[in-house]
Amino acid sequence: MNIKKQFTEGLITNNPVLVQLIGMCATMAITTTLFNGVGMGLSVLIILTCCNVVVSAIRKIIPNEIRLAIFVVIIAGFVTIVDLLLQAYIPALSDALGVFIPLIVVNCIIIGRAEAFCQKNTVGASFFDGIFQGLGYTLVLIVMCVFRELLGSGRFGGGLIDIVNGFRFTLDGTGSGIQIFPEDFGASILTLPFGGFITLGLLIAIMQYALKKSAKKKEAAAKAEKEAEEVC
Amino acid sequence: MLTNIISISLGAILINNFIFSQFLGCCPFLGCSSKVDTATGMGLAVVFVMGLASAICWVIDQFILVPLGLEFLQTLAFILVIASLVQFVEMFLKKSVPSLYSALGIYLPLITTNCAVLGVVLLNVQNDYNFIESVVYGITGGLGFMLAIVLFASVRERVAFSDYPECFEGFPICLVSAGLLALAFMGFSGMQIFA
Repeated sequence: MNIKKQFTEGLITNNPVLVQLIGMCATMAITTTLFNGVGMGLSVLIILTCCNVVVSAIRKIIPNEIRLAIFVVIIAGFVTIVDLLLQAYIPALSDALGVFIPLIVVNCIIIGRAEAFCQKNTVGASFFDGIFQGLGYTLVLIVMCVFRELLGSGRFGGGLIDIVNGFRFTLDGTGSGIQIFPEDFGASILTLPFGGFITLGLLIAIMQYALKKSAKKKEAAAKAEKEAEEVC
Repeated sequence: MLTNIISISLGAILINNFIFSQFLGCCPFLGCSSKVDTATGMGLAVVFVMGLASAICWVIDQFILVPLGLEFLQTLAFILVIASLVQFVEMFLKKSVPSLYSALGIYLPLITTNCAVLGVVLLNVQNDYNFIESVVYGITGGLGFMLAIVLFASVRERVAFSDYPECFEGFPICLVSAGLLALAFMGFSGMQIFA
């Protein structure tokens, strides 16, 4: 298992949200501003990487019958740590995400990776798997945030980017973002729950289209090669 | 007291429906809704576990965690309570009410990872509900989930026969129809109850 393959798997061909179709509750709920999306994505990335390393390090001493209970306890421990750290250092993010930070415990991405990957692989491979799967998740969150925020309220980078006092990144969630077009022209329905369902549906549809197309291309290439060989 | 309970129940079932406005419990909502029968089974199991989990977690929170100053362990304690509760309910039903057990069957273990259950328990703590309010919120939240999943299953049974672009096969078309249902549920959001 090499790193480059893991990278493309995590970000594209085996993306947790778009291809494995797991961890969708938070994906639809919190993608209203870029601040929330980046914060949630990075929290999941950190928790996923830590859990992957711990689970793969103790994979040989975990009794098979109670492995799920052990995974849940490990995950809940790391989630509590991240939750307390956010409350202490980035309270705005902790307020904005609310109950969805503790709910990372039941996010299927983390328990899914522990069950499907870390049980059978070394610590190093699991570490990179955590980082790349986390990046894949963050990428989807960012795409959804940008789409919903831009078309919903005409803004880009709300909460995260502040342009009032010169261009800078803020961590207290007060950044006004860059207003691309007046808010009145935005389809504000995209920032409501309806927008979450529709945007994720469209994204998965685009992904399925792209994957199918690339599979067809590969098939055609293989066919052409075979024919060429036969001619020779 | 009574008005309070009515407003909590209407809020949990219609106005702040767990799925259509809070996005809690979307995984089983999308995964177990291909037929109305299975959706009803899943819904019943969730109502049952959510009510029970609200009651037990409230007791544990108020009589163990708060007096000892261990509120930071809430997430860990609640998920363990829910996981063991689901196990116990499964064993209890298997022994004493086999008919209900076979009806709920495979859905019971899945409920542990349903974020609506952990979500309702955490929201009870966040909203400072007392025991009765917590139990009412748990049960009516479950009823809201059941309403949503049964409605959605009947929509999906019809979507299966319709003609949509090939790349929307599977999840995307479900998400789009769920979005339209969420739009319908938005109609309740203007409702004011004894405010």
